[in-house]
Amino acid sequence: MNRLTSFLTSSVGRKLLMGLTGFFLGSFLIVHLTINLFLFASDEGRTFDTYSEFMASHPLIRPLEILLFAGFLLHMVVGIWLWWTNRDVRRERYAVSGASENSALSSRIMFVTGTIVLVFLVVHINTFFIQSRFFSTGKTMYELVSETFANPWGDAFYLAALVFLGYHLKHGVQSAFQTFGLRVHSYRTLIDWLAVIFWLLIPVAFASMPLYFLWAHLTGGH
Amino acid sequence: MNFTLKIWRQKSREAEGGFKTYAVKDIPPDASFLELLDVLNADLIRKGEEPIAFDHDCREGICGSCGLVINGRSHGPHKGAATCEQRMRNFRDGEEITVEPWRAKPFPILKDLVVDRTAFDRIMLAGGYVSVRTGGAPDANAIPIPKPVADEAMDAAACIGCGACVAACKNASAMLFVAAKVSQLALLPQGQAERVERAERMIAQMDAEGFGACSNTYACEAECPKKISVTHIARLNREFIRAKLI
Repeated sequence: MNRLTSFLTSSVGRKLLMGLTGFFLGSFLIVHLTINLFLFASDEGRTFDTYSEFMASHPLIRPLEILLFAGFLLHMVVGIWLWWTNRDVRRERYAVSGASENSALSSRIMFVTGTIVLVFLVVHINTFFIQSRFFSTGKTMYELVSETFANPWGDAFYLAALVFLGYHLKHGVQSAFQTFGLRVHSYRTLIDWLAVIFWLLIPVAFASMPLYFLWAHLTGGH
Repeated sequence: MNFTLKIWRQKSREAEGGFKTYAVKDIPPDASFLELLDVLNADLIRKGEEPIAFDHDCREGICGSCGLVINGRSHGPHKGAATCEQRMRNFRDGEEITVEPWRAKPFPILKDLVVDRTAFDRIMLAGGYVSVRTGGAPDANAIPIPKPVADEAMDAAACIGCGACVAACKNASAMLFVAAKVSQLALLPQGQAERVERAERMIAQMDAEGFGACSNTYACEAECPKKISVTHIARLNREFIRAKLI
């Protein structure tokens, strides 16, 4: 086994893969959010649709799309691999668990929150990406968004998913820094604040979108 | 003070284990947790029953021999203290206390509360040392080490290898133990010669022993009787990345 393979199959190497792919997916969240913020431009979705069209048709975006799916896949595969090996190490459970007194809940249920986010992603990708790319809905992306978010049940699903995403990132971001070996005393505050952007600000910004369209729908704005 | 103890009893490594309940009475509040078990054992011996097996040696928190999971906490509820340093005054009078051994696949139970921790010894053999070349010991002041560095190395060296980190971790990961051992030597000039191989070999041995991967829950730091910081795990990760990739 060469050095790279032995590194990537080691416990620390696999964690590093989780952190790197996690960061890559996190960087996509920023891109996704930036484009989505054009939903709020007061131009009946013209800017948003221009960007959506660009993302769907530009030849340079396609390889990035494939890279993004590969990132998701790797994050999931390595995550499942780690979960599988870790659960086997303590076959006999403790009769009394002191976990709530020595660690944060978010750190202990990453597999659960990750799985919930995955379920959301499947629904989300089907609703927007697959429908608009592979089926001719005859609607612009803005119309698709505004119709989807007019449904309160759909909105509730999105908001719940965002809570879990935030919870996943609450542990994930600082955990990745720790795995990279960067979570040292002098950087700890900086990392904690950077993590707030990911686990709080970004999910809240995303949550504002279904709420905005629901409000617009209820008040007859659209 | 009076207590009801639910203690894990297991005859041998292969035998099926289970909890047995004992009542102990008139325990002085200043007694240590091990002394509580001594009182119970004296009583069991008087009755002609098999005493409870548990590891212990120095009884002053420096040898790393003792280690019980008390009400779900490695070494018990009092932070920064080994089982031998837990005082019964930290428990409620009449409390029911559940006592279990460290539970982890690489730490098989030998008897009752005694587990086999030789997996740690094998990790140490893989690189937790400095090869000493014969010759006169250098003067202490011939190797200048800045005070903060010496302090941090000493903090890591405080690890007594008790295994509380493994016992507390949901994945039974040995990262804090290995981190402390790698860190103390990585910080000092004497450790530089074998620095790269040490991180590589100790982590390879840790994985081979079957310890889980680190989920960064930091339960280990919270339960460590020597309060060893997870900052050392960050250093171990850096050492390993450096050894493997750079």
